Amino acid sequence: MSESILTLSIDGKDVSAVAGQTILEVARENGIAIPTLCYLQGLTPVGACRMCLVEVKGVPKLLPACVTRAAEGMEVTTQTPRLQEYRRTIVELLFAERNHVCAVCVSNNHCELQDLARRVGMNHVRVPYRYPRLGVDATHPRFAVDHNRCVLCGRCVRVCDEIEGAHTWDFMGRGIECRVITDMNQPWGSSETCTSCGKCVHVCPTGTLTEKGRAAAEMKKRLQFLPYLTLMREARP
Amino acid sequence: MSNKIRLATVWLDGCSGCHMSFLDMDERLLELADKIELVSSPIMDAKDVPPNIDLTLIEGAVSSEEDLHKALAFRKNSKLVMAFGDCAVTGNVPSMRNMFDVDEVYNRAYVETADTQKQVPRSVVPALLARARPVHEVIHVDVHLPGCPPNADIIFYVLSELIAGRMPDPMKIGKFG
Ligand code: SF4
Ligand code: SF4
Ligand code: SF4
Ligand code: FES
Repeated sequence: MSESILTLSIDGKDVSAVAGQTILEVARENGIAIPTLCYLQGLTPVGACRMCLVEVKGVPKLLPACVTRAAEGMEVTTQTPRLQEYRRTIVELLFAERNHVCAVCVSNNHCELQDLARRVGMNHVRVPYRYPRLGVDATHPRFAVDHNRCVLCGRCVRVCDEIEGAHTWDFMGRGIECRVITDMNQPWGSSETCTSCGKCVHVCPTGTLTEKGRAAAEMKKRLQFLPYLTLMREARP
Repeated sequence: MSNKIRLATVWLDGCSGCHMSFLDMDERLLELADKIELVSSPIMDAKDVPPNIDLTLIEGAVSSEEDLHKALAFRKNSKLVMAFGDCAVTGNVPSMRNMFDVDEVYNRAYVETADTQKQVPRSVVPALLARARPVHEVIHVDVHLPGCPPNADIIFYVLSELIAGRMPDPMKIGKFG
């Protein structure tokens, strides 16, 4: 069966897509950059962070590019003043929600949130900071989780479930009370499902999940493993 | 009359690292010296807040009553105010105390961790505000320069642009942390 090919436009450029592809996939194939945070190639997209919002002509609401399928004749715009303002506000809200102190973070200079701040032109946070009292769990022999830096993107939850097959991570609580937890909200070190593979640590975009023994700015994430694992999985008979 | 830019620099709740980075401009300071008149700074002796300041650089978060007083006074006398470094822009390290009540902070610093004279000072040391705050939360800020500290190159870029009468965009080359 031949795949059906669609034609659409992104930022005024005519592009083609295979039916089923998302706007984000098509944009990236064509060198059009849309910022993302919760999306990670190789994991199921969930549309959680809203960084990738785009405008589609004729549709009154903004649509997340990572979970919206391309359609025939669609006219997509990825950079308007409204989108830029929303993206900046989202990043500001993430900084205000928890305690991100870049200067003393193990992921300083290697952090996707810090990069996004620069990319969206956030030069200061215009909403009041919350300063929640959040803890660090360092009970795992090799890894630690610092809830002060978590942006609830859910990449850890998905990689552990979809790729490692352990499903150690999950979410607990709603709204501002939401947290990532291991097993039944118990210390990571006491988890019976964690295989200590480290995948969650390396897909985490911030300094939340880290290898122990790293000082400020020393934690570099290695994301390269994910496309390989996904490819190998797809190649299986 | 001199047409040099009247510059002030202020040190609130910061580690002085941003001022050190300013000095790191090295020989470029000579270039700036032709265009700038330093009217108040922790590196010189000036007791009062001078009038008619063109540009004030504020390092550090606003953490104490004295910090607040200085921020307000320099704002009043300055055409432009720049939040200079992460502590001024975000609260940064000084704001890490904000998840605790101010009494807990005092207790930790002056009682729990003290070997002798276990008491919270009630005079001389300026009283802490309930929270260490970014400068823009207490006064209007015209330019935000993030970085801990911002490096000498970006300070030079931002100052050169301001001296030339242009509004710089520090996020083009700067970053938090
Ligand atoms: S180390 Fe591996 S098994 Fe353990 S929580 Fe992380 S992804 Fe899951
Ligand atoms: S721990 Fe990291 S990967 Fe998991 S939700 Fe938080 S920021 Fe995302
Ligand atoms: S921003 Fe960094 S270098 Fe500047 S005063 Fe604060 S801690 Fe020190
Ligand atoms: S990247 Fe699309 S919603 Fe997060």
